[in-house]
Amino acid sequence: MQESAILKTEDLKFRYNRGEEPADAPWKFVLDGISIEIERGSFVAVLGHNGSGKSTLAKHFNAILLPESGKVYVEDIDTADESRLFDIRRAVGMVFQNPDNQLVATVIEEDVAFAPENMGIESKEIRQRVDDALKSVGMYEYREQSPAQLSGGQKQRVAIAGIIAMRPDCIVMDEPTSMLDPRGRREVLGTIETLRGRYGITVVLITHYMNEAAMADRLLVMNEGKIILDGKPLEVFQNIDLIKSIGLDVPQSVELIHKLNREGLNLRTDILSADDCADAIAEYFLKNRPASGCKGAAYMRVLK
Amino acid sequence: MSLLKVENLSYSYNKGTSMEKNAVKNASFEIEQGDFIGIIGHTGSGKSTLIQHFNGLIRPDSGRIYINGEDIWASKERLHQIRFIVGLVFQYPEYQLFEETVYKDIAFGPGNMGLGKEEIDARVREAADFAGVHPEYLESSPFDLSGGQKRRAAIAGVIAMRPQILVLDEPAAGLDPHGRDRIFERIKNYHKKTGSTVVLVSHSMEDIARYAKKVLVMNQGGIETFDTVENVFSKAERLLEIGLEVPMITRVFMALRARGIDVPPDVYTVDYGRSEILKLLEREGIKHA
Repeated sequence: MQESAILKTEDLKFRYNRGEEPADAPWKFVLDGISIEIERGSFVAVLGHNGSGKSTLAKHFNAILLPESGKVYVEDIDTADESRLFDIRRAVGMVFQNPDNQLVATVIEEDVAFAPENMGIESKEIRQRVDDALKSVGMYEYREQSPAQLSGGQKQRVAIAGIIAMRPDCIVMDEPTSMLDPRGRREVLGTIETLRGRYGITVVLITHYMNEAAMADRLLVMNEGKIILDGKPLEVFQNIDLIKSIGLDVPQSVELIHKLNREGLNLRTDILSADDCADAIAEYFLKNRPASGCKGAAYMRVLK
Repeated sequence: MSLLKVENLSYSYNKGTSMEKNAVKNASFEIEQGDFIGIIGHTGSGKSTLIQHFNGLIRPDSGRIYINGEDIWASKERLHQIRFIVGLVFQYPEYQLFEETVYKDIAFGPGNMGLGKEEIDARVREAADFAGVHPEYLESSPFDLSGGQKRRAAIAGVIAMRPQILVLDEPAAGLDPHGRDRIFERIKNYHKKTGSTVVLVSHSMEDIARYAKKVLVMNQGGIETFDTVENVFSKAERLLEIGLEVPMITRVFMALRARGIDVPPDVYTVDYGRSEILKLLEREGIKHA
């Protein structure tokens, strides 16, 4: 195994309710031979439509599900080794989709303290971890309130704080923003950035929003239980036709460049953000303008 | 005469307590027959409160709502009728399915209208078809359907009442791009075929831009603007200021303008953006293959 891999799967295959299917019609694999390594400290997004297998994959990362065949390792621990379940769960924390299903206590700070308490950590240390975790998600001021009064984005941040307080090496988020409004989504995404900066924690983000996937260092695209694309978001999104054919979107910036190039322009394609896209188009105008008689070429004024 | 007219409508929650919140402030606008309206606004801007006034689920503190020129609060009988004229689809409507079969669930609304069995049957099948519920699922339990199917069944239940105005609150929330496109294509097709008015509440400017003709923007309970899609998106800076997202393509064109490139400010779809760039190349005499 690569030294830096924190999560690793080897030819992972999985089906739900195995054994219940008719003998002559075996069910399709939800995960159909996944072999990946996730580097320590990286931010990996897994993009796929509903039913692509992405959530099922996420649940293998802390032994909620075990492989039907193949292997999953968390920090070199085989997740099938039941005696190590505690270590696995402590190394990898999970955040789920629905903010209402993850909070258990009636006071926010008690909720965040729940896991460290179960881990048998002494109370002084717990106090510090809880305060630290709540501060890092920007919810410290709310610590004595009830979770019931929070917005969806705030609830998700508390759920994340509960995971952070366990000081895991890796946090796996299964569509943490899909039930949130744009503001809540921004809050959660901002929190992910903070955690990476502050703890150097490994983040695996399961999502079907391509703009969230674009934030990651590495992007895996799943379809029918297989990983069909793997690379930097910038490179992966170049496969517009393939991505669209499996029911996903690419960022509009990438789509615009692609459509213009189809019209015979040769814009550079190494862009993702709106600003980069505008730069690529502006450069093209500057480079290709007629040598003389260029009327009103005001676009020159900003580009040096 | 407009189909729906809202006049100086105001509403507060928790009136007379320290928690009082003025959710809608002095809103006035009119919606015409056949319009496809998008309503956008940040969380807490009053969108959901506003649409619940359309069919009398909430009674305004002040102001009036007229449907086809009649005040909906004029009489109890009138209010009863309004519930069938304005069909409201709430967020996550699949949680409201309750009957034994999908068929019975869709038939619930028309049944309340006192229609005959044959008429109900015709409406259930028509609505199922519009919403994309396959006939073979009509006899299934709604709880055996997938998430996307459940949602379409719930929408069919409202369409089956043949409302003059169909109001949908975040119909694509929580769906993936494929599920989202399917729902919106169905709604678009329904709008086109029946000519009925559709009001779509959404956080997604990209969805609003793609489907609506006019956009009503809410901010802090008030109507910020109510205009065509083009005119609304040409004020992208203002939309960002009041906590809304604009489509990424709009931000690309804002950035191009910031770089001094002479493109219009109201670009809100990729294809529109592409054609504007091509037009500009031509104006500037820049050749491309």
